[in-house]
Amino acid sequence: MSTDTFVVDKIKKAFPDAIEEIIDFRGEQTVVINGKHLQKIVKLLRDDETLRFDFLTDICADDYLPETPRFAVNYHFYSTKTKAFVRLRVMVEDPDKGVDTLGELWRVATWLEMEVWDLMGINFKGNGALRRLFLPEDWQGHPLRKDYPLGYEEVQFSFNWREVGERKPHPQD
Amino acid sequence: MTVAAGSDTIQELTVEEMRAKVGTGMEIESEENMLLSMGPQHPSTHGVLRLLVELDGETVVNMAPDIGFLHTGVEKSMESKTYTKALVMTDRLDYLSPMGNNLAYVMAVEKLLGVECTPRGKVIRVILAELTRIQSHLVWLATHALDLAAMSVFLYCFREREYLLDVFEMVSGQRMMGSFFRPGGMWRDVPEEFVPAVEQFLDFFPSRIADYEALLKNNPIWLSRTKDIGYISGEDAVQWGLTGASLRGSGVDWDIRRAKPYLDYDKYDFEVPLSTDGDVYARYRCRMQEMHESMKIIRQALDRLPEGPVNIADRKIVPPPRSELGQSMEAVIHHFKLWTEGFKAPEGYVYHSIESPRGELGCYVRGDGGPKPARVHFRTPSYVNLASLPFLSKGTFIADVVAIIGSIDIVLGEIDR
Repeated sequence: MSTDTFVVDKIKKAFPDAIEEIIDFRGEQTVVINGKHLQKIVKLLRDDETLRFDFLTDICADDYLPETPRFAVNYHFYSTKTKAFVRLRVMVEDPDKGVDTLGELWRVATWLEMEVWDLMGINFKGNGALRRLFLPEDWQGHPLRKDYPLGYEEVQFSFNWREVGERKPHPQD
Repeated sequence: MTVAAGSDTIQELTVEEMRAKVGTGMEIESEENMLLSMGPQHPSTHGVLRLLVELDGETVVNMAPDIGFLHTGVEKSMESKTYTKALVMTDRLDYLSPMGNNLAYVMAVEKLLGVECTPRGKVIRVILAELTRIQSHLVWLATHALDLAAMSVFLYCFREREYLLDVFEMVSGQRMMGSFFRPGGMWRDVPEEFVPAVEQFLDFFPSRIADYEALLKNNPIWLSRTKDIGYISGEDAVQWGLTGASLRGSGVDWDIRRAKPYLDYDKYDFEVPLSTDGDVYARYRCRMQEMHESMKIIRQALDRLPEGPVNIADRKIVPPPRSELGQSMEAVIHHFKLWTEGFKAPEGYVYHSIESPRGELGCYVRGDGGPKPARVHFRTPSYVNLASLPFLSKGTFIADVVAIIGSIDIVLGEIDR
């Protein structure tokens, strides 16, 4: 029995209705779980004597526009004891509701969640430190979403110099 | 509340006005303390990092990093380029280890495609990745020592680094931003001068490391600036998600080359330097020993460098060589399709991580069946390691903050992306 089925069995035993889907792709297993059990499952993964996924390495969000649920939040865990890797995935429909924070379990989590909030706009309930990190404080929107335009600079020619210049964004004083 | 807002102007602000102005959301403990904005134009923040520091005299009470001055939207831009073209942007993330970034991205794309590099390609990748690690550590040592006023180390390190950059130029045509590794292999095979140049480097470099060690290892000033400063225990380091030498300096045996071997790293014989002291000096020792270990790996790789192609034979991924274009119509079609449309990757997502000079560099790539990645995310070690900076700095003197920033070895291009 590989470590991966081991993880799934453990979660299934503790929370029978938590697992929504299990995806195997290129030797990586993704356990899609229900967001409301996230904190409890992660605590199980971290504190269980045989699993010991004690290293939260990354949180990254993905946008599946126009599918529903639209957003996915991936959590990547390592175990420094058993060298195992597992990915938990929570599907999020309403980004304002978002998912629960992991800040109480890992101190780095608030920092990782800040990036996700800034660029993808997914709220983490219980994380009081969410703020604009990469972007200016007065920035509108979340650029990594699929409905956010890539943007480009409009070229000014002599015949429309003033017209284009007027609608170009200028830095605020 | 007083704030040093320039060289000679002091403003009176209320705490609320101050909070609105500084924009980091940092808790301010006492109105008696001074708030100092350190950076973004500050030589020892290694780029455009701004630190908001609350000071009681010279002691750091609280600190909040403010980043984003170098944000260029790399992840967003990569979504609008083909897999091959997006590669060029990865060099610019961690500009001290461009080949390492290429490697993380390329290996993630290869995983998504379900292909594996050729044996010769793998060994060349290992050699170049380890040379990049040495090169990056040299810049780290140079700037770290310069921050702590050991200027001659800087000059010596850059001399050796220049040699390595010449090697990269010989291989890829560029000193730094080579974009050398490509999905399926690399741009081309290394020239025949490459192996002698690397061997020459391996011959003279140990004595150069001995020179740096002679300048620093037992230097009383260096010891007093680095010993027992910026201490973090192994448990806290894991809590803060530290990776790389910053984690190993606290005694946690965690190296992606060992834990999740890629490029057959499990078949090389090397040590993972560890220290249990957890201070700035311990991290310095770990990185110095890592340079020795990298040389050991390069030596083994040179010994086993096999003959054969460096690219996989799949013409749907790797463009045909120039020599085929004059003879084969199929080669022309492949060439045209690859450089206009690019190759298509299947639907799905993968995460691949490598041990970059700074720690775990992970790359998450999602394909949607088209020629462009639907989502690329980099788990950059500098960004995650920076989170622990306030924890490391609290209670130290402001001069020690400079030492701590140097010891966690951040690159702002990678933090801001």
